[in-house]
Amino acid sequence: MATANLDIHDGAHAHSHDHDHEHEHHELGFIRSYVFSEDHKVIAKQYLITGLIWAFIGGFLSILFRIQLGFPEAKLFWLKPLLGGWIDDSGKLDANFYLALVTMHGTIMVFFVLTAGLSGTFSNYLIPLQVGARDMASGFMNMLSFWFFFLSSVLMFGSLFLSTGPAGGGWTVYPPLSAVKTANPGSEMGMTLWLVSMAFFIVSQLLGGVNYVTTVINLRTRGMSFSRLPLTVWAFFITAIIGLLSFPVLFSAALLLIFDREFHTSFFLSDLYVAGQALDNRGGSPILFQHLFWFLGHPEVYIVLLPALGITSEIIATNSRKPIFGYRAMIVSMLAIMVLSFIVWAHHMFVTGMNPFLGSIFMFLTLIIAVPSAVKAFNYITTLWRGNIVFTPAMLFSIGLVSLFISGGLTGVALGNSAIDIQLHDTYFVVAHFHLVMGSASFFGMMAGVYHWFPKMFGRMMDEKLGYVHFWMTFIGVYMVFFPMHYIGIAGFPRRYYSFTNFDFSKSFTDLNMFISIAAIVTFSSQLIFAFNFFYSIFKGRKAPQNPWHSTTLEWTAPVNPGHGNWVGEIPTVYRWPYDYSKPGAQEDFIPQTVPYAATPESNLPHEIDDEELYTDTPEVKSAH
Amino acid sequence: MITAIIVTGLLLIVAILVTVFRVQSLISITKKADERVGTSNKVNAVLFPVFLVIGFGLAIWISFYSDKFLLPEASSTHGKETDNLFWITMGVIGAVFFATHILLFWFPFQYQYKKERRATFYPHNNNLEVVWTIIPGIVLTTLVISGWWVWRDIMKDAPEDAVVVELVGKQFNWIVRYPGDKQAVLGQSKSELGRYDYRLIDATNEIGIDFTDVNSFDDFTSTEIHIPKGKPVLLKIHARDVLHSVFMPHFRLKMDAVPGMQTRFWFVPEKTTAEMRAELGNPNFNYELACTEVCGRGHFSMRTLVVVDEPAEYAKWVANRKPFLAQNRDYLKLVPANLKEKALQVVGPEEGAEPAAAPADSASAPAVASVPVATK
Ligand code: HEM
Ligand SMILES: [Cu+2]
Ligand SMILES: [Cu+2]
Repeated sequence: MATANLDIHDGAHAHSHDHDHEHEHHELGFIRSYVFSEDHKVIAKQYLITGLIWAFIGGFLSILFRIQLGFPEAKLFWLKPLLGGWIDDSGKLDANFYLALVTMHGTIMVFFVLTAGLSGTFSNYLIPLQVGARDMASGFMNMLSFWFFFLSSVLMFGSLFLSTGPAGGGWTVYPPLSAVKTANPGSEMGMTLWLVSMAFFIVSQLLGGVNYVTTVINLRTRGMSFSRLPLTVWAFFITAIIGLLSFPVLFSAALLLIFDREFHTSFFLSDLYVAGQALDNRGGSPILFQHLFWFLGHPEVYIVLLPALGITSEIIATNSRKPIFGYRAMIVSMLAIMVLSFIVWAHHMFVTGMNPFLGSIFMFLTLIIAVPSAVKAFNYITTLWRGNIVFTPAMLFSIGLVSLFISGGLTGVALGNSAIDIQLHDTYFVVAHFHLVMGSASFFGMMAGVYHWFPKMFGRMMDEKLGYVHFWMTFIGVYMVFFPMHYIGIAGFPRRYYSFTNFDFSKSFTDLNMFISIAAIVTFSSQLIFAFNFFYSIFKGRKAPQNPWHSTTLEWTAPVNPGHGNWVGEIPTVYRWPYDYSKPGAQEDFIPQTVPYAATPESNLPHEIDDEELYTDTPEVKSAH
Repeated sequence: MITAIIVTGLLLIVAILVTVFRVQSLISITKKADERVGTSNKVNAVLFPVFLVIGFGLAIWISFYSDKFLLPEASSTHGKETDNLFWITMGVIGAVFFATHILLFWFPFQYQYKKERRATFYPHNNNLEVVWTIIPGIVLTTLVISGWWVWRDIMKDAPEDAVVVELVGKQFNWIVRYPGDKQAVLGQSKSELGRYDYRLIDATNEIGIDFTDVNSFDDFTSTEIHIPKGKPVLLKIHARDVLHSVFMPHFRLKMDAVPGMQTRFWFVPEKTTAEMRAELGNPNFNYELACTEVCGRGHFSMRTLVVVDEPAEYAKWVANRKPFLAQNRDYLKLVPANLKEKALQVVGPEEGAEPAAAPADSASAPAVASVPVATK
């Protein structure tokens, strides 16, 4: 896959930094520079391109099953060239393949696009550049992280072409369905590949996470205290911690499931009679798997969301020309979310037969987590208040994110109430909830990030007008797709149904389902505008200025095309927090973090005096190399 | 037709893309380089309130449009309460939804970039943070506590006299078993389900009823679920192959069916099927049982009819059921010799045959169920 060689060759890219590098002026070959690169910027781009490719694949799969749901009567012979045997002789989509599509869509979007594509891209790209480091703590582990992800991608992609189909038990792969091969064609080789792929994926996430945490803790430049970190870095940092603590639990769940499948253990299995045979597994519990899965699964939704919120904080502040409102409150909320996200998982299991007392506990804990989420939303809105707002495409996507986060988060309040969840669980109401709050919001965060940092990544600008069209089509589109799903869910329509014609209670809403499908197709197609803009601009975009958005953070002090090591010469020192926008008295409406208070007497607040030690010239310079 | 829609859609998008791109590259040449924003800033600023108004309009419209397709009023006692909670919660979150969105989409318009203006440097206000931590806190606590009361009531143990129905999920249908009403004949104090064991399952005995248990003799299975109106009904649920989930949307009832573990849900149906038909003016109305845990290919088609009868009708229906053992007399072989007489009392003599001479073939009774068995 030619994902890596997209870096543009510009003069500035050559190894021109003549600073404290012990091993300078060795030319790395093509392979080491662009394929097995240890440079965080190249790795970030590798993650980005792979993530975007996965996004298109995952999106396309959803179009296939939306066609089935919106047009259940349609003859799909025209898909035969693509899907072959999965379209049967009467032109219908195979029901097993429908489940496989849903499963793959969920897995790809949650893990490959919104975890790897989002964290992988922006944590890698921004952490060193925003904390003032030459690279990640361990470039080698960082490289391994990407290539484990790549390996996992290849396995998952390969599973799409199996004759028994890819995994088909839903992205949550609950056993026994996923454990017993005779229970479902999707539980044969497809499931094996799913598990192995996820195991590699988890390794990749852990390697990445260790790096993110270490880099933030150890490689901050002079003056970059934790209270001066941009909220992006805070978000990536917290996300990485959540990932480090929760992914191993999924790893163990996957491992035990592999044992149950291959080595005849009974961790999750008991009393089964499948395909005409009583199995001799006894004593296991399928519920145990659900606990393990959601112990990762709930933190995972925040792993997906927090980076997007961090990106949004940065972009909203920059483009409102205002400090983010409540910087400390934002950090405290994120920390609260980090802690709480580990103790709410069982709200996905209210009706599994779990002890109702546990249900009560988890209902209380779940609704507590809504509080920090609400605080964040209010802070975003207040940041806009009395701003001087510039609508870059990134800003539009960020405002869109806040809207989607609110709309989807609010329905969480209904779902978190176990009494109400009895009816809503596993209906389209849940689908609407998490597609707004997680799927769409995080996707918007990712898009915002791409538009905002594209100039830094590729040294060129993306086209703004196309960005506007892309935003408005996507924003209207996702609401058209997911808002109506609430009503379908309230009407009781269950998730993961191949067709709704078998039940009297779900015979209605055919028009609305058709509408949703059309909206989905249009929304998906409008992503082609983005694809065009992205790839076109990499090669042909307008040359970017050094600081196109008049931003305060460190990455914009690096050269337009930062080379290996990021800054030419010494790494800049940081003197202030990242949100000095529109400071009263200041000449410009932003003061970069690298400007000492001594240089801005006109705008300093009473307590703002430079740290003495920042001026004492210590020869020791923090460097990654 | 879909092909047509897709092709048109794609063409449309390509067309938009090309036009926009052409037009805008022409404009951008004329745009002054030193301006921070162009006219599109204004356009985007205006589009937010426009989106707000149209979006709200559509949201309200679709609420009315959807109303007629939603489920009728809950037919169970607890369902009415959860519905109440649900709509109160929706009211609260709806209000927050409208309020926050008005601000969120109004501010971009109001505070769009003006060259001569400066944004207000307003980095924090701890009082505000406290206020909007505490208010959601209070609202959420209220919602949780009212939810918790309802939840506790729903989940407490079923009354002693509840009508028991066993539901067993399998790929891809539900099996329904009743404990039977011949406990007097069997010398039992109470009508109870017989034990089951998954190793006894075969094509006919789909649950694996254990016929060494006296309670199993009068158990009967059914293709439909019948339940009496106004009486507590206790569902005893499990699955025999993979996870399934019992979902009766009209009763606002859901509980997973898990292999190797019994789950329960009890409720009180409040309207008979006939009453619902009259009320809805729909003579074809039926209560339904669906599956809501993905279980494989046929997941979307695990339908079983649920019929709510008046208590008297229900009693009659039960009285007319034949025990499983009576319909499948082969399984009498599995009944231990010492219980055979009781079993025969319940199932009655075979039609046209003399009462079996029990001692003669007791020796040939298969030796089963020496294994420990799952309990009720
Ligand atoms: C306001 C705070 C939130 C609350 C109270 C909440 C509550 C819930 C509850 C109770 C469920 C389970 C529903 C069910 O299956 O019956 C759920 C599902 C889900 N939520 Fe949230 N949620 C909140 C915010 C979020 C956020 C921020 C995200 C993601 C970024 C998220 C992502 C999801 C996902 C992915 C699912 C469905 C998983 C599945 O079943 O496939 N939620 N939420
Ligand atoms: Cu959750
Ligand atoms: Cu099912």
